[in-house]
Amino acid sequence: MILQSVKMAVDSIFSNKLRSFLTMLGMIIGVVSLVVLVSIVNGATSDVTDSIASMGTNYLMVQVQDDKGNPLTLSEVQALTEKDSVWETAPYAQGNGTIKYERNSESVTLYGTTGAYYDIRGLSLARGRFLKNTDVNQNTFVAVINATAAEELFGRTNVTGETLSIDGYHFTVIGVLEEEESAVGNVSERLEAYIPYTVLSKINGRSRRVESFYVSSEDENSMDLVESEITAYLYERLSGDEDAFSVINSSTIMETMSSVTNTMKWMLGGIAAISLLVGGIGIMNIMLVSVTERTREIGIRKAIGARKQTILIQFLIEALLVSIIGCLIGLLLSVLIVFMINHIGDSVSASLSGDVVMIAVGFSMLIGVVFGIYPAYKAADMRPIEALRYTN
Amino acid sequence: MIKIENLCKTYEVGGEIVKALDYATLQIDDGEFVSIIGPSGSGKSTLMNMIGCLDVADEGAYYLDGAAIEEYSDDQLAGIRNDKIGFVFQNFNLLSKLTAWENVELPLIYQRVAKKEREDRVSDALEQVKLLERKSHKPMELSGGQQQRVAIARALVTNPSIILADEPTGNLDTKTGEEIMELFHALHAKGNTIVLITHDEHVADQAERKIRILDGKVQEVEL
Ligand SMILES: Nc1ncnc2c1ncn2[C@@H]1O[C@H](COP(=O)(O)OP(=O)(O)OP(=O)(O)O)[C@@H](O)[C@H]1O
Ligand SMILES: [Mg+2]
Repeated sequence: MILQSVKMAVDSIFSNKLRSFLTMLGMIIGVVSLVVLVSIVNGATSDVTDSIASMGTNYLMVQVQDDKGNPLTLSEVQALTEKDSVWETAPYAQGNGTIKYERNSESVTLYGTTGAYYDIRGLSLARGRFLKNTDVNQNTFVAVINATAAEELFGRTNVTGETLSIDGYHFTVIGVLEEEESAVGNVSERLEAYIPYTVLSKINGRSRRVESFYVSSEDENSMDLVESEITAYLYERLSGDEDAFSVINSSTIMETMSSVTNTMKWMLGGIAAISLLVGGIGIMNIMLVSVTERTREIGIRKAIGARKQTILIQFLIEALLVSIIGCLIGLLLSVLIVFMINHIGDSVSASLSGDVVMIAVGFSMLIGVVFGIYPAYKAADMRPIEALRYTN
Repeated sequence: MIKIENLCKTYEVGGEIVKALDYATLQIDDGEFVSIIGPSGSGKSTLMNMIGCLDVADEGAYYLDGAAIEEYSDDQLAGIRNDKIGFVFQNFNLLSKLTAWENVELPLIYQRVAKKEREDRVSDALEQVKLLERKSHKPMELSGGQQQRVAIARALVTNPSIILADEPTGNLDTKTGEEIMELFHALHAKGNTIVLITHDEHVADQAERKIRILDGKVQEVEL
């Protein structure tokens, strides 16, 4: 019986190809927008979380906003490593300067820090070595530059041992970082130089006070412990003012980020779902026309013994089939579009997940049933005698 | 057995009341060949719709094989139409998208008859109306007489106890009409109850019993 109904539904869909296609179009557009939009958000999410994860997830970012006239010193920060849960600490300060080699002069972002920065931020070197504690303690004028800086200034990356000048001071290059992919997928275009914390303080004419530093834990599990210990320490150190400093957990950033992209996913998914809903209304519209057009057919079927349920199922299957075929065409198109986005667009990536496909199929079927049930019920409820008398 | 008592059906169109059936009473026994004759608008089709359980009366009672029809639900009535009654309509009422074979098969599908048996019975029915070689034709590809024969095949395929025919020859020429009448005689000979509606005296005279209807009123006419 079901098989018969499916066959009849297929016949009726194919006997009116243009109309069936136009009806499906609503579903197709709905499914494509749902799947493609969610895939793009998925792609963006995985790009962002990847790049956050590559920065390392087991460190805290500490910032002191108000030192109450008694600034944190470099040695105080370094002494924090004596706490059990703390693995390393790296004070850092940021500044801008001009970097010169022979006739090349570029502006550069300066990072003053210590050797631990390398581990904590998960950097990797192409050449040479990173800063050492002796560099910091002895105020050595050495610099580690990023690959972009090496390329811009020297036109090559094997430049360890070369001398360049930053803001008029001479520095020896001791290391070059690996080329780094930024979150958007292209190579970072900023010139960066890492110099000993003490040296940056000197250039800037500031004392050795520390306003921001990183703290890493033994492992990810002890993050919470470190966070509470550092917070307790600073609370006491800064005369019990909890607004004087902030401690940011890198995994918190990750969570915030993913909650933002999740919200975006739901929002875009919601918009797409509305367009699917509109597609459903299109189906209902056409099914109502179809029921009216086929009044006589329904009358004949009822006269020769079709029950309500038989007619109901027949029209429901037809609505369901239209929505499912529309959904499948939409999915096919979506796969094509996602493929094209990944191969043509270079700043956007999309990732198709099984979840969204399942949701699209499930939602389409739901819409087929919900918007098909009323026309089907109308057909099933016709009185045979009136249906038979109907003339187009 | 069909037993109708004081059936009434009135229609109101534009404030005017039409009594399509006016206290109609009649009885048709199993195996009878009865013709119902009357002029256009006299209530013949209305009566047939009642007998065929397609419509319900405003007043009166209808017993089919002893059971009161008013007490059945829509779906139960569909079942009765499916099992006990074969319709042959004035205007054929075949499904235009289905082939002759599929049209005849449809009542069996609604009866949930298995595929193998369906095939046997459909080909049997089409054989009886001599249309087996036209089984893949759609109604549009058949002549009026052939379409009526498909309709008859559809009516007899379920082997119903009653065959109701509303002017089955009305749209056909005399010769084709006679062929159709022969089919009804053959069905009658097999024991089916035949109720034939017509406005043609010549056709009506071929039945065992003639019932005349005028302005919704029924009167028996002995042959
Ligand atoms: N649905 C309806 N609404 C209003 N009036 C109706 C309806 N059906 C039938 N009638 C009226 O009832 C009367 C009987 O109609 P019916 O169809 O039974 O006539 P008939 O004897 O079959 O005529 P014909 O030989 O032309 O088919 C007619 O006057 C007709 O106008
Ligand atoms: Mg009539």
